[in-house]
Amino acid sequence: MATVAPTSVQAPESAWRGFTGGHWRDHVDVRDFIQANYTPYEGDAAFLAGPTERTRTVWQKIVALFPEERRRGILDVDTATPATITSHAPGYIDRERELIVGLQTDAPLKRAIMPNGGLRMVENGLKAYGYEVDPFVTRVFGTYRKTHNDGVFDAYTPEMRAARKAGIITGLPDAYGRGRIIGDYRRVALYGTNRLAEAKRAERALLDAQPSTPDVIRDREELAEQTRALGELAEMAASYGCDVTRPAATAHEAVQWLYLGYLAAVKEQNGAAMSLGRTSTFLDVYLQRDLTEGRIDETRAQELIDDFVIKLRIVRFLRTPEYDALFSGDPTWVTESIGGIGTDGRPLVTRTSFRFLRTLYNLGPAPEPNLTVLWSPRLPDAFKQFCAQVSIDTSAVQYESDELMRPCTGDDTAIACCVSAMAVGRQMQFFGARVNLAKALLYAINGGRDEMTGEQIGPETTALTGEYLEYEELSKAYDGMLEWLAATYVNTLNVIHFMHDKYAYERIEMALHDHPVHRFMACGIAGLSVAADSLSAVKYARVKVIRDGTGLAVDYETEGDYPAYGNNDDRVDALAVELVKSFMAKVRAHPAYRDAEHTQSVLTITSNVVYGKHTGNTPDGRQAGQPFAPGANPMNGRDRHGVAASALSVAKLPYEQARDGISLTTTITPEGLGHAPAERAGHLVGILDAYTASGGFHMNVNVLDRATLEDAMEHPEKYPELTIRVSGYAVNFVRLTREQQLDVISRTFHGTL
Amino acid sequence: MTTGRIHSWDLSTGVDGPGTRFVLFVNGCPLRCLYCANPDTWHMRDGREATVDEVMAEIDKYREFITTAGGGVTITGGEPLLQPAFTASVLRRCKEAGLHTAVDTSGLLGARATDELLADTDLVLLDIKAFEIATYRTLTGGELAPTLSFATRLDRLGIPVWIRYVLVPGWTDDPEAVDGLARFVAGLGNVDRVDVLPFHKLGASKYEALDIPFPLRDNPVPGPALTERVREQFREHGLVTY
Repeated sequence: MATVAPTSVQAPESAWRGFTGGHWRDHVDVRDFIQANYTPYEGDAAFLAGPTERTRTVWQKIVALFPEERRRGILDVDTATPATITSHAPGYIDRERELIVGLQTDAPLKRAIMPNGGLRMVENGLKAYGYEVDPFVTRVFGTYRKTHNDGVFDAYTPEMRAARKAGIITGLPDAYGRGRIIGDYRRVALYGTNRLAEAKRAERALLDAQPSTPDVIRDREELAEQTRALGELAEMAASYGCDVTRPAATAHEAVQWLYLGYLAAVKEQNGAAMSLGRTSTFLDVYLQRDLTEGRIDETRAQELIDDFVIKLRIVRFLRTPEYDALFSGDPTWVTESIGGIGTDGRPLVTRTSFRFLRTLYNLGPAPEPNLTVLWSPRLPDAFKQFCAQVSIDTSAVQYESDELMRPCTGDDTAIACCVSAMAVGRQMQFFGARVNLAKALLYAINGGRDEMTGEQIGPETTALTGEYLEYEELSKAYDGMLEWLAATYVNTLNVIHFMHDKYAYERIEMALHDHPVHRFMACGIAGLSVAADSLSAVKYARVKVIRDGTGLAVDYETEGDYPAYGNNDDRVDALAVELVKSFMAKVRAHPAYRDAEHTQSVLTITSNVVYGKHTGNTPDGRQAGQPFAPGANPMNGRDRHGVAASALSVAKLPYEQARDGISLTTTITPEGLGHAPAERAGHLVGILDAYTASGGFHMNVNVLDRATLEDAMEHPEKYPELTIRVSGYAVNFVRLTREQQLDVISRTFHGTL
Repeated sequence: MTTGRIHSWDLSTGVDGPGTRFVLFVNGCPLRCLYCANPDTWHMRDGREATVDEVMAEIDKYREFITTAGGGVTITGGEPLLQPAFTASVLRRCKEAGLHTAVDTSGLLGARATDELLADTDLVLLDIKAFEIATYRTLTGGELAPTLSFATRLDRLGIPVWIRYVLVPGWTDDPEAVDGLARFVAGLGNVDRVDVLPFHKLGASKYEALDIPFPLRDNPVPGPALTERVREQFREHGLVTY
């Protein structure tokens, strides 16, 4: 226990001393434990502690490695050892100083290979950075051990392959880990792995009494794997000197145990999103108890959270440059959900909710962990003000409506990835990427032929042949094409998740779920604003079709104006709403693997550029290759009336028909939140309250910083859409003269406007 | 049915009065300020005719949002008091809808604002373009006196005012003139704050589009030090200044 010595000399007698409540003692029920024991905090941020010398030193050791990592793409990789929970010897950043220990491999930022998802992904990932996969690995995974990727392609139909290749169904997790499964890592701290394994054996015993149907056999095997994984977690923890077979007895241990549970997951799975869950208020119970017992002070409480967050910031996976292009970087989506309101009306805000946000100052801003505030107008005012101030200072917080989620998934909901809500430990999802609704519209016009290649991808339907597009004719054709798309899509996802369960099962993450678990089939749509605006153009303006020699519609001329999505105009917003509803209904018509409940997202925060690249000219006037708007955002430049109008269009999309989340990304200058700096946080609170009250689900708040604007001056090609609002109207930043740009920067960041 | 000539509407936060606000831009202005950022609002004839009902229907879409966000409705332009009947009617309807109201005006046409119009106005954003009579005339093409008497009238009526002062180097940065204005403003009992707005040239492209010269195209914009000095001058008179 060298590295996690209790902070106090007095060893605690019992891990659960001082805790109240009953149900959670006899059942694995972390929510019940939290509700019985947490202390809501309604005060302000004044109690928070800054970084200690120790914290700074540890963090600086990591920061010093970043330039080399950026330069080479990856800092280092173990090419010979397929990762498992126990595959690597312990690694440290600074063994003397670290409070929370544990790395994915034996050194910080050194990546591991995870060939269960697919060998090719590993080979390409290594090759891109100048490495070769060890021949032993190639032999094992090329000869003896089949991967998820192999399985999927054995079962794909020609139609699925064609749809995937054309990019109408896209981003599918068929060659990499699906992710988006949140283990309830808190269970490790509260119960210890022995107790959890016992509960798994009890779940298994119930299955032993049932007939051996394929479903039951699979469940039995999975439970056996889950139990085994808990043992491996204990073994891995022991290599760091931690006995996680028993419950955590102090706050220090609670943070450490919880992290080790999460670490086991990221050692075993290279998931697209490896989210953390909802841990801050859980941990607060332990921190509060240690503070009361005099075991720690506020400085140490903050140090524990800072150290935990350092670990979450350095989660790394080996991925390919193409993958990074799709996701705009190398995100891990270590999403932590903070705040919200309990079903009993008490805010779930604690001092540790503040401590998590405080890390953005103590360690500096960073995209990971992805700090997500579950927003409600009923949150304590001081907490709302603090969140808004953190947003303004760091742009590193996203917001999701607790008011929409709580009635659906309860008050122990956490977000996976960006917007996918699940009850922690009780629900999981099959990540389904998304379909391209804009491209589907073009398929409808072209009778199932792809507008870029001319190939027949969709069903051979009657192409529209009129000189002008007719709304009724187009909507009928579109509806038919979407029927085909939904069927192909759900069936493709069924193949993927069947194979992922078979060849790359999330053993430890699922060990930290109840059995049986509720499953979602998380479908998704991209290009909503392009599709809605295109329909609006056809309905309210006139759209002339330009065809090539083969009769393929390749371009459009729009005559007249049409209402564009993003201006709070019902004429077009209703078209977007109808698309969401109708595609959800079509998806629901096709049975999902393991009886999963169908949901869909309007997401694509990062992939809008790639999807746009693969989509031809559209009737809304968007040029081929031009990026889509991210998520449910309006097309940039078409929302002409400011953030509130644009947000209200998005808020009309019905959450019950898009339970996997609806995302809105806003970018605003500090001045856009008010002339007086002291009033900006209050104004942002007002906007978030109003958006939530209007039924808005998610908002990413990016407050532009100086560096971004300076970079946009030097590299305008990177920021074609950067819009600055000035006294009532918007200007495109990269089109301003250099003098004007400098003026904007100067007035925005000297507080002189 | 009263109609007005309007340019556009927008939602803004913390720059046209408190909170997030529905901002109605009307067309037509009697002044021709050399630094004007909105030359496309000068002429009423360039505006779109809109009924009060139409405007209110648009505002109604935002009523819940701006109320929750602690905002309201601001009428700006152009010059709202060039269309006093329309402006009064919109303000009346907003008050009936329980919304906070603000009017952004130069005050030149303050005499056209009836007491009833002002009774429906929760806040006046009063743009005092310069404090020296000659400078005011050259800078705006109009007279200063009506603005000052309007300011005094608002004080008498007890209507809250935010003073807006556009800081233009070489035109409105003279320390004595600023001091004189600050003294005048401090003498009013109804001024909640002063916004010192550094001159900017972001409207330049509008001049190009309209094919008219932008008189202050080559005038420098104020640096942080100058802006801070002017703000400090207002603060010295006990005024809350941003």
